[in-house]
Amino acid sequence: MADYDPVTKAALDPAVLDAARSAALADFAGAADLEALALARTAHLGDRSPLALANREIKVLPPQARKDAGQRVGGLKAELDLAYADRRAALEEQRDARALVEEAVDVTLPWDRAPRGHRHPLTLVQEKVADIFTAMGYEVAEGPLVETEWHNFDALNMPADHPARAMQDTIFLDPPSAGRLLRTHTSPVQIRALLERGAPCYVVAPGRVVRNDPIDATHSPVFHQLECLAVDEGLTMAHLRGTIDALSQAVFGAGIISRLRPSYFPFTEPSAEVDLVCFVCGGAADGCRTCAGEGWIEWGGCGMVHPRVLRACGVDPERYSGYAFGMGLDRLLMFRHGITDLRHLFEGDVRFAEPFGSEV
Amino acid sequence: MRVPLSWLRELTPVAASGRDIAEALIRAGFEVEQVEQVGHDVQGVVVGEVTQVKELTEFKKPIRIVSLRMADGDRSVVCGAQNISVGDRVAVALPGGLLPGDFRITARETYGHVSDGMICSSRELGISDDHGGILVLGPEAPVGADVAELLSLRDEVLDIAVTPDRGYGFSVRGIAREVATAFAAELDDPGLGPAPSGGRGGHPVVVDDVDACTRYVARVIRGLDPTAPSPLWLQRRVALTGMRPISLVVDVTNYVMQGFGQPLHAFDANTLQGAIVVREAREGEQLRSLDGADRELAAGDLVITDDSGPIALAGVMGGQTTEVTKSTVDVLIEAAHFTAVGIGRTSRRHDLVSEASKRFERGVDPDLAPAAAHEAVALLVSLGGGVADDTHTDVDHRRSRPSITMPVGFPGSRAGRAYDADVVRRRLLEVGCTVEGGGTADGADVLEVTPPAWRPDLREPVDLSEEVIRLEGYDALPSVLPRAPAGRGLTIDQRARRWIGTALAGAGCTEASTYPFMSEAVLDSLGISADDARRLAPRIANPVNDAEPVLRTTLLPGLLAVLLRNVGRGRADLALFELGPVFLDRDDERTAPRLPAEARPSADELLSLNRSLPEESDRVAAVLTGSREPAGWWGPGRAVSWSDAVELARVVASATLAPLEIRQGAAAPWHPGRCAELVVDGAVVGHAGELHPRVVSALGLPHAVVAMEVELAPLLAHAGATVRARNLSVFPIATVDVALVVDAATPAAEVEDALRAGAGPMLESIRLFDLYVGDQVPQGSKSLAFTLRFRSTETTLTDQVVNELRDAAVAEAGVRVGATLRA
Repeated sequence: MADYDPVTKAALDPAVLDAARSAALADFAGAADLEALALARTAHLGDRSPLALANREIKVLPPQARKDAGQRVGGLKAELDLAYADRRAALEEQRDARALVEEAVDVTLPWDRAPRGHRHPLTLVQEKVADIFTAMGYEVAEGPLVETEWHNFDALNMPADHPARAMQDTIFLDPPSAGRLLRTHTSPVQIRALLERGAPCYVVAPGRVVRNDPIDATHSPVFHQLECLAVDEGLTMAHLRGTIDALSQAVFGAGIISRLRPSYFPFTEPSAEVDLVCFVCGGAADGCRTCAGEGWIEWGGCGMVHPRVLRACGVDPERYSGYAFGMGLDRLLMFRHGITDLRHLFEGDVRFAEPFGSEV
Repeated sequence: MRVPLSWLRELTPVAASGRDIAEALIRAGFEVEQVEQVGHDVQGVVVGEVTQVKELTEFKKPIRIVSLRMADGDRSVVCGAQNISVGDRVAVALPGGLLPGDFRITARETYGHVSDGMICSSRELGISDDHGGILVLGPEAPVGADVAELLSLRDEVLDIAVTPDRGYGFSVRGIAREVATAFAAELDDPGLGPAPSGGRGGHPVVVDDVDACTRYVARVIRGLDPTAPSPLWLQRRVALTGMRPISLVVDVTNYVMQGFGQPLHAFDANTLQGAIVVREAREGEQLRSLDGADRELAAGDLVITDDSGPIALAGVMGGQTTEVTKSTVDVLIEAAHFTAVGIGRTSRRHDLVSEASKRFERGVDPDLAPAAAHEAVALLVSLGGGVADDTHTDVDHRRSRPSITMPVGFPGSRAGRAYDADVVRRRLLEVGCTVEGGGTADGADVLEVTPPAWRPDLREPVDLSEEVIRLEGYDALPSVLPRAPAGRGLTIDQRARRWIGTALAGAGCTEASTYPFMSEAVLDSLGISADDARRLAPRIANPVNDAEPVLRTTLLPGLLAVLLRNVGRGRADLALFELGPVFLDRDDERTAPRLPAEARPSADELLSLNRSLPEESDRVAAVLTGSREPAGWWGPGRAVSWSDAVELARVVASATLAPLEIRQGAAAPWHPGRCAELVVDGAVVGHAGELHPRVVSALGLPHAVVAMEVELAPLLAHAGATVRARNLSVFPIATVDVALVVDAATPAAEVEDALRAGAGPMLESIRLFDLYVGDQVPQGSKSLAFTLRFRSTETTLTDQVVNELRDAAVAEAGVRVGATLRA
């Protein structure tokens, strides 16, 4: 083996290596897909590739020649490995990109497979007003829909022959002489709250009430009110007004103006009607259909709790005073959301509740 | 109350426009619903003088051609009226003119002659109903004058909704006082006018019930001309207040009532037999009232009687036997004061509301009777040519009016702002009170206030405070938000109701809010038996809708009606829910005791009040139909099934943390084989499942409807419980499946319970994943396949341990429900 001449070893012939390099680079670059690249790799970097052959030849070179040959073959291998890796990365990227394109879907396809439900705006508005008041320290009081005449009328300073009883078309349970009726307002909850809690007492009571009204676009025999009652030492009409302003602004937005108009309710003295400035015409009034050209919309009644009401509940009117008000929640919804027909609230057509979200 | 401004201004010289007066009245608490412009529908009507009347005889009815002298020359008009004489001054509507009803006048040919205008009757001018002939004006009416102005037809009328506490507002006098106050103008109050002169000893009157009739004034006028008509101004005034002009006597009594607020009644004096007696009616007595109705009188009705029996329902309506007629020449005028409560009761009992009863029920000024009677007598004497008797009757049982003691600062303490003592005093004087005390040297700023006779509503300091505050203006009140003590927020029940609604909406259900009424027939349709508690529906005496005369005892009828309505409007797939009360009447106590309201009732009394009410409890119910999941591009949909209803019950229970047990049930209106009994704490709280096919057909429902209804209180009892947290083991899970064969009738829940019990505490979860009935298992049995997942808190479970646990579970199922491992 002493006469071994590396030059005569074809595998290490620089021309051969050069050719192998060119062929490998060309095949890698020309591989159209990963399979072709894998074949090219086997051909040019595999066990029987010219490079592997050359590598084996190095071992038989005399030591003085090995280093040089090793460097040349090693350099070439590194170059081809890199070329292969680059090409492979490029091809993989192409493959992935193609796959993602193929997997793409039409994301605008509808998915109403699990239909959504909706809570009723009447429920939502009752929760809203309850939240407004609980934030001010009030509690939410409750009472039954079927009431005694005593709670609904007598205790509210409406004795049996009081003409105000005729103002409200009362629905009685049979027989009427038994003194059981469907509450005509949420005010009996005032009585129940005061009897239960005594003074001081800050409560709000949203709820259903019933009067014998025919059903039409603006009337319903069943409707909803918000009752507010505050009894404490030193409460005045100024506090009543402040509370109404706070409520109307919380419900209708800052800047909404309310107006108190003297009126009459047996259970308050002084009494007032609450009007809100028409938020359609802003009080400009002329030709406005929402407020019928009045500039104001009637919203509810209020006043200072009558001393006789306090006495009926065992609260000393010499020490305590209070205010109360009642508002129509159905009207509130109609105004606030542009509902043109009150019947929509009670018919249960699912299309009605759908647009309302989790809170009104 | 309708108040013509021309009349109002006779009492108080306020020049402001109708709209400004209306605004001021609204600010003072009088709801002016409308300011009506009247008389503007009469245009181009002028006075003409009749110069010639030519009869045409060729027509079936008498037709005349009337020549008129007008301001601008002569004119010829065709006319059918009989009461035309040469020299009469008449109202002529000229071509182009306008009469009420938007009736435009044109010159047109009629009966072969051109009629160059029209001679008007009172009715055609909108003054009265009188169409007996044309309106003949007095000789003083200037030819050419505008008739609308001459007769003061143009006016503004305030239409006021008077609140029940302000009886005085039912008079021009009362409204004038408010207007005078608002504009700081003088007031000429006719109610404070002259009292009758002459001695006592008029027609005998006996008042039996001096509590119900505190005053009775009677005046007699004799020798009236029964043909004397009401003058136009009187007819016009009466008509503008909304009453029909009828005859001189009736018009005068109505005019005085509208002006003063004192209802008057006129009897034909010659029909009265003996003394007038005011007393309570006796059971069985009868009266034919002026409206022609025969009325059974009852004890409690106050009646005016004479020797013949009842002749009038006091304060409400007169009777026919003593009615003033076209031949009446002698009249007795009654001006009485009846107390509000009695008149209201009688008016309601006879379902008869009159102008008089309306006023008495709201309180009439008891001092007013003599002045009002005097005004009526004076008018009848001057307009009807009668002579008033010198004597008169005045049975007077008026009570003294107690004064009210009020600290001068009290109105301010109610208002939340201070009022000067002078202001308080002045406002009370304007109301008509007498005010003593106040601002005394010793500093005792206490007022002694006596309200005027026309303000029976002023009884306590708070009533006086309202007068001061409203007259000073509610818009002058400050706005201050009070600082309430810290509250406790919503109760757990209130919050839980929100969670339930939110959870059901999240589960795809849409909330409905239905009326709490139902029919009893719907209970039949639901197949609810006669002894079912849901038959204890409270009955309504006066239902809104006769078809739904009871309160609901179940939410399902309302929800099913909503379901049908939605289906009818084109929705096939529906999931609806409602949360609200149902009502069960008690079978024992159904009468609320009558309690006074002067003081707090005792605890026992309050209990008996509440015990009389039906049991009212909240429930939540859901109904579903159509597809629960619609078919779509993803594939087929899924129709609703009984299990969707049961699942919604689970949704409700889990929102409240209530441990819900599902049992096989059987209850109306559900399919007896597809009904789950919902059990909490051992008690049945509701049902869920598919509706009975008979119910579906009886109610005309779509082919498959499922429903659930559950009582809330037992669930809410669990809401807000403090939950113990789980300690999470991170050792590996060990999963094992078992397939058990059980009798087909064995509920899956019982098998699962048995497995759970047998598997012990290392069982992390269990899930039924397959149900099989068929050839592979014996007839009459079924196979249930469960996945059991075990995990230890202390170690990794070996296969051997897991198999032991599985065997223990299966063994327990064998013991409890006879389950065997499927081969």
